Amino acid sequence: MNAENIANPKVVVKDLNFYYGNYRALNNINMNIAEKMVTAFIGPSGCGKSTLLRTFNRMYQLYPKQKATGQIILDGANILDPKQDLNMLRAKIGMVFQKPTPFPMSIYDNIAFGVKLYETLGKNDMDERVEWALKKAALWTEVKDKLKQSGTGLSGGQQQRLCIARAIAVKPQVLLLDEPTSALDPISTAHIEKLIDELKEDFTIVIVTHNMQQAARVSDYTAYMYLGDLIEFGDTSTVFTNPKRKETEDYITGRFG
Amino acid sequence: MNTSFLQEARLKRQIWLDMLFRGMTRLSAFGVLALLVAILGSLIIGSMPAINAFGFNFLTSAQWDPVTDEYGALVPIIGTLVTSAIALVIAIPVSFGIAIFLTELSPRVLRRPLGIAVELLAGIPSIIYGMWGLFVFAPLFADHVEPWLNDHIGVLPYIGPFFSGPPMGIGILTAGIILAIMVIPFIASVMRDVFEVVPALLKESAYGLGATTWEVVWKVVLPYTRIGVVGGIMLGLGRALGETMAVTFVIGNAHELSESLLMPGNSISSALANEFTEAVGELYTSALIELGLILFFITFVVLSLARFMLYKLGQREGQST
Repeated sequence: MNAENIANPKVVVKDLNFYYGNYRALNNINMNIAEKMVTAFIGPSGCGKSTLLRTFNRMYQLYPKQKATGQIILDGANILDPKQDLNMLRAKIGMVFQKPTPFPMSIYDNIAFGVKLYETLGKNDMDERVEWALKKAALWTEVKDKLKQSGTGLSGGQQQRLCIARAIAVKPQVLLLDEPTSALDPISTAHIEKLIDELKEDFTIVIVTHNMQQAARVSDYTAYMYLGDLIEFGDTSTVFTNPKRKETEDYITGRFG
Repeated sequence: MNTSFLQEARLKRQIWLDMLFRGMTRLSAFGVLALLVAILGSLIIGSMPAINAFGFNFLTSAQWDPVTDEYGALVPIIGTLVTSAIALVIAIPVSFGIAIFLTELSPRVLRRPLGIAVELLAGIPSIIYGMWGLFVFAPLFADHVEPWLNDHIGVLPYIGPFFSGPPMGIGILTAGIILAIMVIPFIASVMRDVFEVVPALLKESAYGLGATTWEVVWKVVLPYTRIGVVGGIMLGLGRALGETMAVTFVIGNAHELSESLLMPGNSISSALANEFTEAVGELYTSALIELGLILFFITFVVLSLARFMLYKLGQREGQST
């Protein structure tokens, strides 16, 4: 493992354990997430990759029986510290989910929703921010004439890009993508993958994916997880072409999983 | 030869049964329509003498005098509308709170018992509410709440006159509050049911942007469930408009127009229940039937307005519902 070698980590995970009630879903995870790079989590279902992602913005806290121990350090502060302000944390760490989840409001309001939680912008500034976010998410040209229409009326791929625009409109530092293309057709998937490549200029991206080819295509670093353990973590090219561990090789060559 | 004949007979019988079944469903569906037309028709025919005698004045006159045979429906119409409005003003926020607590905030162990309690409340017969209102609530209200209303709100400009008057315990306000208690379980349980079907991912998306529980509920859950929520409110309003027994107990049954909500009044259904037995003479009976027709009409208008409101809401969001 060369997780410690990453020069300039944006997020440092130290001795992270996660529990669903009494069931331990993550075992002593240690890893560094590189700044302005794409880090992918792969592994078979139930391996804990989504669970790990959801600790980064403490989404698990919505559910009373879930808890995490250890440390996740972002800019020198521990995210898991109970004193950490959740709303400020989630302003810094945006998230996009398996399925598109446009809010039942107009396209414009979908983007403005998150921004309004943190900033008071005048109409012109807000217009600019909405346009900026939609351009970043490569959706602007498709929706610029129908910003007042409902976000739920867009196609699946457009809805997912709307969700990405909504997440980046808040100007987070880290973007968490939880299987963002699992509900999309191949063309929309290609759109999103291209987008991820562009977004890493501005954001640190962590993506969970079921699709190994996708991890190979979009990520700089790849973590292979199995049954709550981090089995192997390193350069994507190394993990896919020359894995150090037998288990990783079995998984990526399709002999298992 | 014989078997194919049997098969054919069975097939024929099945086709016949199928047609019978279709006919029955059609009959049931059109039966509802026929029933509606029949009720409306008999109400109109029954109220013709009153309509001929008073015309449009029936709606605007507050005179209700069986001795001189003069009838005007203004007092019960206003009573019905005002008590229902009071009920909704109280019941909507409370039900909303109950539903949010049950779906978003309550610990899991409390959800079932509280939910069942709300549903049980809906099952209590209205006469019980009426008795409780008359014997328990009204005296307490007269002793402790109405004097306070008189002293503090009754002295305010504009809204003061609505809240001043003798603290009798029975009256429009009391009826409205009892109605609120009666419709809360209906509205709350519908709201809870629709809030529960909001996809977890949608809520997580809002929480993931850093929204608080209040922001998630107000800006995401409520717009997502608006059709169900309005439906629940209409269910409650329907019950409030038509509720008879409980209202009769506490409204005071006085055909007098007063701007004070503490004064006794009357509602359409309450007037019907109280006076039909003693209605002598064609005109008296006919006036009561016309009251029923008006209630029918009010309910219809309210439901149509709700539909229209949903349509407008949908349009504003660029969505055709």
